[in-house]
Amino acid sequence: MDNLSDTWVYLSASPLFHLTLTLVAFQGASWLFEKGKRHPLLNPVLGAVLVVVAVLLGTGTDYASYFEGAQFVHFLLGPATVSLAIPLYRQWHRVKASALAILSAILAGSLAASGTAVAVAWAMGASPELLATVAPKSVTAPVAMAIAEELGGLPSLTAVLVIVTGVMGAMLGPLVLDLVGIKDWRARGLAIGTTSHGIGTARALTVNDTAGAFAGLAMGLNALATALLLPILWGLFF
Amino acid sequence: MLNYLTLIFVCQLLGEMITGALGLPIPGPVLGMVLLFGFLMWRGDVPSPLGEVAGSLQRAMSLLFVPAGAGVILHAHLLADALLPLGLALLVSTVLAVLVTGFIMIWLSKGQADG
Repeated sequence: MDNLSDTWVYLSASPLFHLTLTLVAFQGASWLFEKGKRHPLLNPVLGAVLVVVAVLLGTGTDYASYFEGAQFVHFLLGPATVSLAIPLYRQWHRVKASALAILSAILAGSLAASGTAVAVAWAMGASPELLATVAPKSVTAPVAMAIAEELGGLPSLTAVLVIVTGVMGAMLGPLVLDLVGIKDWRARGLAIGTTSHGIGTARALTVNDTAGAFAGLAMGLNALATALLLPILWGLFF
Repeated sequence: MLNYLTLIFVCQLLGEMITGALGLPIPGPVLGMVLLFGFLMWRGDVPSPLGEVAGSLQRAMSLLFVPAGAGVILHAHLLADALLPLGLALLVSTVLAVLVTGFIMIWLSKGQADG
């Protein structure tokens, strides 16, 4: 028993344990996702996060210690984002052919995402600080946090809302699009990418190349549009 | 394959340096994506090892959000306090943003053949 607890003390302080936990949790959630015929509601990000959170709470581990191991996975988000240039390049003829429609759709989606989130939270009596925190939630995390800071919100809570929005959009987006009969992969990709940034893009890439490329494009342009426009619009209303 | 992984890292690094130096409102990796896209346009095709590296990264992309997602425990109490306004705001805006983006794309690209 002593050996076991010594081993635990050693392992829980090394990055290996939390890195492995992240991978194993994700493998398990992916297995369930495949078993469930890739139903969007069985989103593997959500499943893996629930398992990790349960283990951290169960073992009394704080997030900072967990992140020491998990940062190696987290770090790859940057290179993965850069690599979205490849699907974008491969689909470039499609993008060029409907550039105006794409820009209009992303801009309108961007305004709808921020505007309706702020309106609903405001109607429910949320504080100005909370409104500023929720406004940039459809944008990829680093940009969303910077915008929240500029508007007077809580950047670290914004980061959480960004992830929740991402998972929500990846889960509900395909169901909503099916329901209203939008089958065009370009429109589906743009809708998921604008609403759910990288998490939506990751989901779109597993379904269809065109949808993946359009989602990646939407993620990048929505980040740019929100960063430029939201602070100006905010000044008009608050 | 390693040379193309290096290229991806170089694009990200340049992206971070340029956005940082000029104070641009986009993340370094997004500018890195634009730089790599420029390289592909200049080259005129995707070298197959680069396609393989990118494919591996993208197949694993969902996994990469798990560490940030677990950060939800840092704000459990704040989230619990504002569960209803936040939950409803996210739910309504997610569904509406999907619909608005999707329908506008369909309407404005109507009549254009896909491809």
